[in-house]
Amino acid sequence: MSVKEIYKTMEYGSAPESDLEAKAWLASHKNKFDLFIGGKWTQSSGASFAVNNPSSGAKLAMVSQASKSDVAKAVKSANAARASWQALSGHARAKYLYALARLIQKHARVLAVLESMDNGKPIRETRDIDIPLVARHFYHHAGWASLRDSELPNYEPIGVVGQIIPWNFPLLMMAWKIAPALAAGNTVVMKPAEQTPLSALYFAELCMKAGVPHGVVNIITGDGETGQAIVAHKDISKIAFTGSTEVGKFIRQATAGSGKEITLELGGKSPFIVFADADLDSAVEGVVNAIWFNQGEVCCAGSRLLVSEAIADKFYKKLKRRMDKLRVGNPLDKTIDMGSLVDKIQLTRIQKMVAAGLKEGGEVYQANITVPNKGCFMRPTLIMGVDTACTLAREEIFGPVMVAMTFRTPDEAVKLANNTRYGLAASIWSENINTALDMAARIKAGVIWVNSTNQLDAAVGFGGMRESGYGREGGREGMLAYLKPKGTDEGPLTAVKQAVLKSSAPATGIDKTAKNYVGGKQARPDGNSVMPVISSTGQWLDEVGRGNRKDIRNAVEAATKATKWSSSTAHLRAQIIYYIGENLDARKHEFAQRIKSMTGCSLPSAKKEVAQSIERLFFYAGFADKFDGAVHAPPVRDIAIAMNEPLGIVGIVAPQNAPLLGFVSLLAPVIATGNRAVIIPSDIHPLAATDFYQVLETSDVPAGVVNIITGEHDVLTPTLAEHDEVNALWYFGKAGGVTSVESASIGNLKQVWSHKEKEIKWSSAYGRRFMEKASQVKNIWVPYGA
Amino acid sequence: MSSIRNPGPRNLGIPLDLKHVGAVQINRSALERRASTLGTRRSVKKDNQTAWLLKAITFIDLTTLAGDDTDGRVRRLCTKARHPVRADVLEMLGASDIGVKPGAVCVYNNFVGTAVQALEGTGIPVAAVSTGFPAGHTPLGTRLSEIRASVKAGAKEIDIVIERHMALREDWRALYNMVKRCREVCGDAHIKVILATGELGTLSTVAKASMVSMMAGADFIKTSTGKESVNATLPVSLVMVRMIREYFEMTGYKIGYKPAGGISDAKTALVYMSMIKEELGDEWLTPDLFRFGASSLLGDIERQLEHRATGRYAARHHQSLV
Repeated sequence: MSVKEIYKTMEYGSAPESDLEAKAWLASHKNKFDLFIGGKWTQSSGASFAVNNPSSGAKLAMVSQASKSDVAKAVKSANAARASWQALSGHARAKYLYALARLIQKHARVLAVLESMDNGKPIRETRDIDIPLVARHFYHHAGWASLRDSELPNYEPIGVVGQIIPWNFPLLMMAWKIAPALAAGNTVVMKPAEQTPLSALYFAELCMKAGVPHGVVNIITGDGETGQAIVAHKDISKIAFTGSTEVGKFIRQATAGSGKEITLELGGKSPFIVFADADLDSAVEGVVNAIWFNQGEVCCAGSRLLVSEAIADKFYKKLKRRMDKLRVGNPLDKTIDMGSLVDKIQLTRIQKMVAAGLKEGGEVYQANITVPNKGCFMRPTLIMGVDTACTLAREEIFGPVMVAMTFRTPDEAVKLANNTRYGLAASIWSENINTALDMAARIKAGVIWVNSTNQLDAAVGFGGMRESGYGREGGREGMLAYLKPKGTDEGPLTAVKQAVLKSSAPATGIDKTAKNYVGGKQARPDGNSVMPVISSTGQWLDEVGRGNRKDIRNAVEAATKATKWSSSTAHLRAQIIYYIGENLDARKHEFAQRIKSMTGCSLPSAKKEVAQSIERLFFYAGFADKFDGAVHAPPVRDIAIAMNEPLGIVGIVAPQNAPLLGFVSLLAPVIATGNRAVIIPSDIHPLAATDFYQVLETSDVPAGVVNIITGEHDVLTPTLAEHDEVNALWYFGKAGGVTSVESASIGNLKQVWSHKEKEIKWSSAYGRRFMEKASQVKNIWVPYGA
Repeated sequence: MSSIRNPGPRNLGIPLDLKHVGAVQINRSALERRASTLGTRRSVKKDNQTAWLLKAITFIDLTTLAGDDTDGRVRRLCTKARHPVRADVLEMLGASDIGVKPGAVCVYNNFVGTAVQALEGTGIPVAAVSTGFPAGHTPLGTRLSEIRASVKAGAKEIDIVIERHMALREDWRALYNMVKRCREVCGDAHIKVILATGELGTLSTVAKASMVSMMAGADFIKTSTGKESVNATLPVSLVMVRMIREYFEMTGYKIGYKPAGGISDAKTALVYMSMIKEELGDEWLTPDLFRFGASSLLGDIERQLEHRATGRYAARHHQSLV
């Protein structure tokens, strides 16, 4: 087209970024890559596979498929490097991370191009978003390396960390994993996605340039089989995974009982909520950044548009107009908004899913623009009028498809927003600060963006609730995910055996019948069955209810209804927990006698257990209104608030020993942080817990906040571990139970915290960590500007 | 391939709709985020850049509004308007016969006659700033007679300034009436309403003042006099063009937009044009609906065009003075 013609049409034309440097780098490796193990390129023992440019179909390189033995080699190398890496000072580790940050900046252009070629995402995004965030992540964590010992003094690194990342933000996800792991003092075995391994391989060279000690970073390529080998490797102490919820569940199951720590960043179906008083034009732009950023292949994509019915028509009109301005095409063209999906498999999957979903209803609008017919391109798509019963409104599409529905009131918006198995992010658009913050508090999601979307920063934790996974990346909480508390190993958990009944004591006085404690009332066990309580010396003491799965169900139902506790003030919770302590103190002699008779310990030692239990209640009552969140400092004009929120309903299986102290040590932090508890007390010594009913009843504990079901751990735990309304499970019960609890948790991906089959010294088991384990951080981004 | 369409009927204004004005919501942070990516989401290179820069010239209101203006200064500006780009450069670019000329020459009321004379036969309109420029703090009667004088002297476009206090106190009725009166006196001359956005405090006030001015019959809304400490910015521009879009959706009238002050290089001009294309559409990329209030901008565009033509970076002293 001539200048004169363009002068008339005023078209942009194309402005392609050069791929010469990236191609030259690939050529310098003869377009073939080995594995990066022990600081050098190492030939794999397995096959190799092709990596393609999804926008053109061109083959970019052949990459190695790491076999099980290659994984073992990488883990061995990481293990070997561990001691000397951990022996380095924080400053010494910081220097390496700083060097990596600088190297990424120096190599920013070629990395941006490589990433775009490999993934299909626009060069504008890799250049302006991905790569700068990668450098920022290393900078930020260079700082954490320096600060770890002074800011997190009671923690130490976990060990060798296995890290498995997805193809949607290849280098950024790698940075999110590697930077905190190294800052904390771990060594890593990293597996990039098989679709997009090239930037990670480039990073391997940067590690060489930075002189990162051999074996500290190992990068091995391969598909799911390689991933499985990493997950299964016994010398890996933690698995950090970002990817689909399906694979996340697999990892949870595969690692059950292994003692591995896991953090999971999984899928989402995040709401994007537009109120009538929003800046609608800006909200439209927000939608563009929510769902047509990175082709919609974003775990935290705002993919469910909830629009106030009052302005829905107007908003849809504006949105459609905006969609027609989007440009889809060659990812290296600097004039495009959206590139290519990562591969044909994704394109086909999304197209099929949309076609099938539309049969359930919905009005579809696709951007009226030209899209290349070669390559994996898809038109930006909006589907209006879907309802919560529609598949498209429930399932993650992971593509450039926004589904939309309307709401009438803020309450309804909350209900719709939370009507999902996921809980990763939410975007809220309103110019009314009351509306915006109220929604932010009530929506179940790990990240909330007020009048913005897809804001990410190394200083602000990122991660989900519910089936979007657990653990946070970025910020202090992200560092904690790569550390473990320093502590002495108390050895393996010893099984507590019930004594053999030797003599039946005659009933004395009036019969006392301990039932369950559900919804603030004593409730007869559903099975109308009891089990005996026998002292350590074989004396018959009493009988307690033998709970069954229906009792657990009833207890969870009661806890479900006690939502007010979770939104009550910390001061109120503190008062009530103090009051529990006060009332326990009033009956301390009786409890001491009870402990003595059940466990056979000395009276002074029983008294000590009661005294420590009261101390524990005071400790957490005192902590309730001091478990502050934080205000982060991301490099934008935002207040980024990190709020500690309760998990919801926490199931607790209390230890078999320490019948009162173990029970209280777990219950108190759980309710202090605003959770409701369903607790299974010691099944050998349950009477301290059943005596506790009256303490609870006299302490103004609202109905449903604490629910206690007595019965055998083996029988009751599975129901609690599987229950989909239960948000977390603290398993400190009978030895040998952890594997099945962790395995059973995958239904709703509830967080499991356990003794890991290790003995716990309950006299010193308290502290901030209990509060952290009982809560989850919600990060709320609130931009400001008059 | 879409070609630029005509601007449609002239804005007749509508009754002041305070409910609509009150409902305006502007989120500054979001606006700034969008503004910051306008220049990075699009890029215009090679022949497209040449064409866009030539087009940019047609948007320029070549302006001199200084205390030391003289007839001689105004005439030199008009000569530059006749020959905005060196003929050899145009020839090398194959653009000699496009007939590139600036949107208007903009002067103080007192120099309208000089400019009209100097531009005779070019078809380039003369624009006058005519209402107690730049503060607007002269009696309305004085300002109206200034407009009458400018129109009588041959000005085809009148740039008026609003009384900022009306916007700051949200006295929209007063602003509406003032603009409406000025519009009446302009007759066939088009009226550009300068909001002096750098003195309005918030983007919301800018948005509301934009809306009220259009309701009162503005043909163009314009950011600045060039005399405020902050002149045209991308976020302010985004607010104003979105209000233009809103008004178009309400009434069907296309209102023009003129950012003024601070746009002095070709690259920035291209970002502004891209913003117009994205937010308002191709049909707004016409001098009838889009102008730059600038003069040094032309010099930079010339240098970029010379670079496009020769492949060498150009010297300032090879371009005639603006």
